[in-house]
Amino acid sequence: MDWTPYLAGTGIGILSWIAFLLSNKPLGCSTAYTRTSGMIERIFRGKKTDEKPYYQTFAPIVDWEWMLVAGVFLGAFATSVLLGGFTFEWVPTLFGDTFGYDTELRLAVALVGGILMGLGSRWAGGCTSGHGISGTLQLAISSWIAVVVFFLSGIMTAFLLYGVLW
Amino acid sequence: MECCGEVENMMFEALHENNHLQLLIGFLIGICFGGLLYISGVTEYNVILGQLLLTDFTVIKVMLAAVVVGMIGIYAMKSRGLVELHPKPGSIGSTVIGGIIFGMGFAILGYCPGTVAGAVGHGSLDALFGGVTGILIGAGIFAAAYPTLYEKVLSKGVFRSMTIPDHLKINPWYIIIPLCILIGAVLAGLEYFGL
Repeated sequence: MDWTPYLAGTGIGILSWIAFLLSNKPLGCSTAYTRTSGMIERIFRGKKTDEKPYYQTFAPIVDWEWMLVAGVFLGAFATSVLLGGFTFEWVPTLFGDTFGYDTELRLAVALVGGILMGLGSRWAGGCTSGHGISGTLQLAISSWIAVVVFFLSGIMTAFLLYGVLW
Repeated sequence: MECCGEVENMMFEALHENNHLQLLIGFLIGICFGGLLYISGVTEYNVILGQLLLTDFTVIKVMLAAVVVGMIGIYAMKSRGLVELHPKPGSIGSTVIGGIIFGMGFAILGYCPGTVAGAVGHGSLDALFGGVTGILIGAGIFAAAYPTLYEKVLSKGVFRSMTIPDHLKINPWYIIIPLCILIGAVLAGLEYFGL
């Protein structure tokens, strides 16, 4: 039996205590992308960007959650370098073995998936961390419904993509 | 108990209002979060798709362990007045429809908004050029469509209660204890069957 997932999960649970206690915030990642998207839009459209109602709720600024996501990047980078797991990779092996090691195909698919992910996470008001971990541990009704739908829809889509059912 | 709680609360309130320190705390928590996500394997496309294809249960194990540990600690601190909850409101139009779109993105991209940042960290270039770019575009589309979406979809079928204990009007521990036992049984079952 491999204890790693449980130890890592326990660590994430403890991090959520620290986040609530020291920052009065649940762990979450998806609003950081909304804010970044707003920052990029502001380069082209200037101050008009801030007038959009959504950016009045989630202002295009670097906030706590933005720093959290930046930290996730750095933490995974540092850990992978320390443990010798850092490698540049264009096509993950499961994708490549099934659909071929075609970089452009993988990038196009990832881009489509990313657009749906960005749209869906803000539409649902949270992601696998904000709803899936932080919301469920608070026993939030919206989060338990969200996480069940995330996985049901994800499982059905993955089965269709990988042709499990035919 | 009441008096000490208030003193502690004042101490934490001062900390919560220190913006620069908060950015640093968020960054440090993020670094630990990223390290744990990487070590557990969930920043890998293969592991996430393995979960959605029901061949690798790492994602569920990490999430459920985090939920059990997090839930007990957060509710224990809440009953001492040390923390307050931040449950998100939801609705059929927002949570369910958004969740379906999210799930499709989850399977097609193979990362989520947190793990994609971790994947970029360990060198996954599809996560950077496809995933992060796509998520930024998707988030931008949502921000543009928000006023219309709110009126026509997001505001439909709003959930009346925020949390399960609020809805049932019972002490949260009557939910937490059975739920932890249930999660423990599910995880024991996964291990028993070698999943």
